[in-house]
Amino acid sequence: MPADKPLITATHDGRRQVVAAADRVARSLGLYPGMAVAQAQAMVPGLPIAAAEPKGDARALDDLAAWCLRYAPLTAPDRPDGIWIEAAGVAHLFGGEAALLADLVARLARGGVTARAAIADTPGTAWAVARYAERPITVVAPSGAADALRHLPIAALRLPEEVIAGLARLGFERIDQLTAAPRPPLALRFGPVLMRRLDQAFGRLFEPIEPVSPSETVSSRMTFPEPLLTPEALTAVVGRLTHAVCAELERREEGARQLDLVFERVDRTLQAIRIGTARPSRTPQHLARLLDEQLERVDPGLGIEAMRLAVPLVEPLSFTQPRGGFLIGQKTETDLSVLVDRLINRLGDRRVYRVAPVESDVPERSVRRIGPLSPAADATWPPTLPRPTRLLKPPQPVEALAMLPDHPPAFFIWRRRRHRIRRTDGPERIAGEWWRLDGERRATRDYWQVEDDAGRRFWLYRSGDAVDPETGDLRWFLHGFF
Amino acid sequence: MEPGSATAIVLADLKARIAHVGRPGKGSDAALPFGIPEIDARLPAAGLTLGALHEVAGGGPDIEHGAAAALLVAGVLARLPGPVLWVLERPDLFAPALAAAGLHPDRVIYAEAGKPAAVLLSMEECLRHDGLAGVVGELSGPLTLTASRRLQLAAERSGVTCFALRRSRSHDDAQLKEPTAAATRWRVSALPSAPPLASSPETPGLGRSRWHLELTRCRGGEPASWIVEASDATGHLGLAADARDRSAPAAWERRRAGG
Repeated sequence: MPADKPLITATHDGRRQVVAAADRVARSLGLYPGMAVAQAQAMVPGLPIAAAEPKGDARALDDLAAWCLRYAPLTAPDRPDGIWIEAAGVAHLFGGEAALLADLVARLARGGVTARAAIADTPGTAWAVARYAERPITVVAPSGAADALRHLPIAALRLPEEVIAGLARLGFERIDQLTAAPRPPLALRFGPVLMRRLDQAFGRLFEPIEPVSPSETVSSRMTFPEPLLTPEALTAVVGRLTHAVCAELERREEGARQLDLVFERVDRTLQAIRIGTARPSRTPQHLARLLDEQLERVDPGLGIEAMRLAVPLVEPLSFTQPRGGFLIGQKTETDLSVLVDRLINRLGDRRVYRVAPVESDVPERSVRRIGPLSPAADATWPPTLPRPTRLLKPPQPVEALAMLPDHPPAFFIWRRRRHRIRRTDGPERIAGEWWRLDGERRATRDYWQVEDDAGRRFWLYRSGDAVDPETGDLRWFLHGFF
Repeated sequence: MEPGSATAIVLADLKARIAHVGRPGKGSDAALPFGIPEIDARLPAAGLTLGALHEVAGGGPDIEHGAAAALLVAGVLARLPGPVLWVLERPDLFAPALAAAGLHPDRVIYAEAGKPAAVLLSMEECLRHDGLAGVVGELSGPLTLTASRRLQLAAERSGVTCFALRRSRSHDDAQLKEPTAAATRWRVSALPSAPPLASSPETPGLGRSRWHLELTRCRGGEPASWIVEASDATGHLGLAADARDRSAPAAWERRRAGG
């Protein structure tokens, strides 16, 4: 469907054909859900109309909720147009909550789905902010629900149409007006639903979500006659569940790349932890230990009555596990993936890495991060060019004085300390990479390795080639320490 | 038999036994020599003890004095076989410089732990994994006796050598004088280098960096100091040719004391 053409879906409300949904272009033309199809057709001649398929939409939403399992162990469809993701304890794996949402929205956009997303303390707040905040991505700070909800319209509270209309007749438009009003008269007039939705949004009333569990995944569940409370008991169960799951993976010749452990508490709430592995694994001891390290994040509350271990992500793994030996000079057949997994689950997968050379003259671009277990890049940097041990990012401006524009400086001042320069080596001329940034087209840096009179070595550069002012303004910068 | 020599034998035997008391696992007398007799002779194991904790610090606030310490550690690890785990607080280490000291980028896995407490935990996790060449942890905060003892024990058990790179924030950091369980403690500060061509001192250019290498604490040994030339492309230090016959000159001690 071309993106600049309007599209509506139509359904029958018992009396006539009405608009069930309208896309962005159709809405901009003044069409809205609930209006008569005949009226819409009169407003937009030649309007394409598709029959609404509520069942198909619901199935697609279920599929999307299952896809969202890549982000968190507990997700659920929220009909008709939302998805719940229980993001507690997983955001660090994506580099923070904002980064998680940005990744989610960007991936959906690449798949043709326009989405808005929010993370908050309660499902109610997240629902309201995702739909009514100005920006498409919002992270509500912990216990910041009241601030986030204050100026949102009452429709953000998931109330029935007639309640919203009734409140509007009384002059209530925003949530803060509602929270300021006395509760009993409102409860009497609009029934318990209004107070329930308010309390859910503000976290005074707990709201469970019913998670999806795709039937294809390998999983194992144990229920307990007596609720479990102690970490020792949980550890023992983790051991038995991982053995069961690994036996099934063995039969399928698969290895786990991700494990979700869901705890069903006595108060009917769910908690979950997730671990990932750098390479497919079905070694029970290894997987159990990764899970054990996350157990401290679980609050058993009044007790845990069931636990379920699922493997949402698997990869083929033949009968014998391949073992290490990928690094140059590795003295034993160590399987580093065990250690790498533990570090990743502790620190997050963007914070464990190796680096490899990039062919770039610009020093800060000559290094790129690769996965910790990537095959050996077998390349290094040209050994003849001096490079500092610590790099300043970004380079810091210094005051420096050179006898002639194209000479090395005689001294420089950094952080109010004056360094008299005794010896120098240079210049190494580095031209900007014009194919990357237009502003770099003529930019040039002349690098000098300098030694001050105490023997400390610094990496300084002058922007510009000292002849053509277009190449730089002759200012000096400190870029690193040898 | 002379009584003096008998006493010496008994003493040597007792020293050897004491050295093994309370050292379970793979902790051994294996050591990596610096390849410089003047340095190796002052170390009880005739080199840097493997499977032990070593502390290395720069001669002042880390931001401008710490680069040499990192390069010294990289040079040592370049000469040991196996992968290296480098635990960082923040990512300002520039890998091309480590490669220039002989530590190939394929051998190093970086772990960005952020806070000092997380660095210590990650270091201990790495030390439980044998088969590594070494574990480096960058610490801007304190290293307590308990924390260092845990690292030392973990290093002894796995036989993996551990380096705590102390990145102090100030001059004469009191934290660097606190006792720890480390086998050795080193301080590396820059010294003015020799001219690139000894015959013509006026020729511009830079020769090999020169360091004042101080062994400030050593289990079973005495403090000592040397003037060395920085790690070369294979990670080896060199003894400064014109400083071979003297220990660290008093002038540099005064300069540092004066700040």
